[in-house]
Amino acid sequence: MDFHLTPDEQAFRDEVRAFLDELLPPGRHPSDPEFLSTWQRRVREKRWVGFSWPREVGGGGGSIMQQVILKEEMAKRRAPALGTCFMGLAWVGPAIIEYGTEAQKQRFIPDILDGKVQWCTGYSEPGSGSDLASLQCRAVRDGDHYVVSGQKIWTSIAMWSQWMILLVRSDPAAQGKHDGITCLLVEMDSPGLTVRPIRNMSGTSIFAEVFLDDVRVPIEQRLGAEGEGWKVTVSALAHERSSIAEVEGLLRKLDELVELARASTKNGRPALDDDGIRRRIARFETRIAAMRMNGMRFLTKQLKGEPLGADTSINKLHRAALEIEMGDLALEIQGSDGALEKEIDGGRWQRFALSWPEVVIGGGTPNIQRNIIAERVLGLPKD
Amino acid sequence: MNFGFTDEQELLRQEVRKVLDAQAPMAEVRRLAETPEGFSRELWKQMGELGWLGLTIPEAHGGAGLGWVDLVVLLEEAGRSLLPSPLIATTLAAATIADAGSALQQARWLPRLADGTAIGSVAVLEAGDRLDPAGIQMRGAPVGDGWQLGGEKRAVLDGAAADLLVVAFRTGDGAEDIALALVERGAAGLRIESTPSLDATQRVARVHFDAVAVLPDAVLGTPGRAAPVLARLLDRGAVAVTAEAVGAAEQAVRLTVEYAKQRVQFGSPIGRFQGVKHPLAEMYVDVESFRSLLYYAAWCLDEGDAETTRAVSMAKAYASEAFSRIGIDGVQLHGGVGYTWEYDIQLYLKRSKWVRPTFGDADFHYDRIARIRTEAA
Repeated sequence: MDFHLTPDEQAFRDEVRAFLDELLPPGRHPSDPEFLSTWQRRVREKRWVGFSWPREVGGGGGSIMQQVILKEEMAKRRAPALGTCFMGLAWVGPAIIEYGTEAQKQRFIPDILDGKVQWCTGYSEPGSGSDLASLQCRAVRDGDHYVVSGQKIWTSIAMWSQWMILLVRSDPAAQGKHDGITCLLVEMDSPGLTVRPIRNMSGTSIFAEVFLDDVRVPIEQRLGAEGEGWKVTVSALAHERSSIAEVEGLLRKLDELVELARASTKNGRPALDDDGIRRRIARFETRIAAMRMNGMRFLTKQLKGEPLGADTSINKLHRAALEIEMGDLALEIQGSDGALEKEIDGGRWQRFALSWPEVVIGGGTPNIQRNIIAERVLGLPKD
Repeated sequence: MNFGFTDEQELLRQEVRKVLDAQAPMAEVRRLAETPEGFSRELWKQMGELGWLGLTIPEAHGGAGLGWVDLVVLLEEAGRSLLPSPLIATTLAAATIADAGSALQQARWLPRLADGTAIGSVAVLEAGDRLDPAGIQMRGAPVGDGWQLGGEKRAVLDGAAADLLVVAFRTGDGAEDIALALVERGAAGLRIESTPSLDATQRVARVHFDAVAVLPDAVLGTPGRAAPVLARLLDRGAVAVTAEAVGAAEQAVRLTVEYAKQRVQFGSPIGRFQGVKHPLAEMYVDVESFRSLLYYAAWCLDEGDAETTRAVSMAKAYASEAFSRIGIDGVQLHGGVGYTWEYDIQLYLKRSKWVRPTFGDADFHYDRIARIRTEAA
């Protein structure tokens, strides 16, 4: 057991820190558009966009430890994201690299790395949420095209995307429900495809419904073989990021919560002097630390080449609880004003307290994570 | 970065498990729990021979000179078996002597603690049940160059078996005016009273001091300056208890999972029902999480890291809360048989009641974490 970095890893960390010192001196506001475009150009030059991808497709070929160091250092400095094509970098790109043809790689990967496109993910359907493999969106082969009809929902940023990775049922007669699913790459301006944003409880729109009505998709835009869509998807989701950067995000939130408690009053004293509130904050801090240490253990497994299995569900459950409970405590600390839309800090905590479903429901609800742990780790019988 | 165990540590784990499975299966643990002394002298001797008792004692004094990460491996397995033995008590006494004792004190006691010919323990807690220096109210009265102790210590781990006690007392009114001294079994005025515990595999005692003399050569370090030594002792104690809790809680989860797989109701193993499955998943999440926190805390102890106290408090706070819940949920998920003497799950529930307060409950440790965070800001 050793938490120290090797000399090589230290050298890489120093390189990252020097870069961040140069680009992110104190007072620089990461939302300034001119700065953002410089940032994206510079990190692309560094090959830190798609850092984990092989160099031959244009990635950075970074080791797992280097990825962790980079993410951790960036999160500490609140650096902007690496690249702008979030889903393309998170799982569409990795799936194309693993299952795509040479032509597909050449066609799609550079634009993802350069942030020239936005991708969205067409998995969930009105009748297929937690039970994703029951999806019904239908694709019928017609010559060198698939003709797709059906509906998708909870499609994040569909309204700002040019491309969608889509799961369809190509063979309704297939034996198992995981069989007969195919993965297609679809242009969002295809005739017959319409997007309708969904207004969520915080009043904003991130998700949309996507309607497909006889949308024609060329077969060269099929990813993997016909009927292999489930495998392609599962492997793509396995590329979901480790929780290291999430931990840094949660720690920043915790700092803000402590400051809120310091500045707020409860029973005539600073809320931060209240034993109950102090212990709840300490409990959050402990849970975040547990996520970090769990992440380190899982990382060690990964470095030894052992499969992660269902371990990532552990931190997903922690994160879900923390996102919900931290926002809730913030509003509670604010007392009566907590129930007002934007009386305090322009309503920042209210928005936070109303946005947890984005991370808690997406990628599998807490109860689905519990099923995964119970069945795959504890070996309990499936439902 | 490596957050795993070495091959040697894995071998140690296998060896401990093999020995305990053979020498201390649950039937034997239950038998020992009914005996007056509560543990097996024979197995104790064997543990000494195997080097388990001297694991963290320096090699110069007959130990293996290993660290707390290694000890964690041993204690996890001891916890899994609910092994009744003065292992934690003796290890803590030895670690404190190694930390603050003179060369003479170390040479005299450490080899005997390492091979098991002497059993040690620590006497810190008093009626106020406080772990901080202010909780040490027993006042040493100066007599000649030494001190005289009067009063009572509580919850002394394996006190009835101990040949040697590390005793904390107060030398003045200042918050930190703390001293530690070695008091031997049989000292005039020392009376040890066994206090039956809820968890019969874990013995504790009340120790009465009636004008017990402490000669200068029995004092560890500088009298009145021992508060930092005491603080390190408490950190080590919390790590040791949490390490046993990891093994015990993991076993409680395993027993409950096995039961849920074979118990059939409504025509199905109850482990198929989400009302059973989900709490079991939560139990697993908790054990894995305080396990991670514990490993980090043990590593911090070995490194003398500045984060040690915070890391220890996180591990113990999480373990105290989670193991208590696991004990209760484990019994509950067993249904009626969980309530019986016959099933083992109740023994783990009882262990959780001992783990919770020992070396600080969740509130104590959460308060420490909150203090560290708000004072740093």
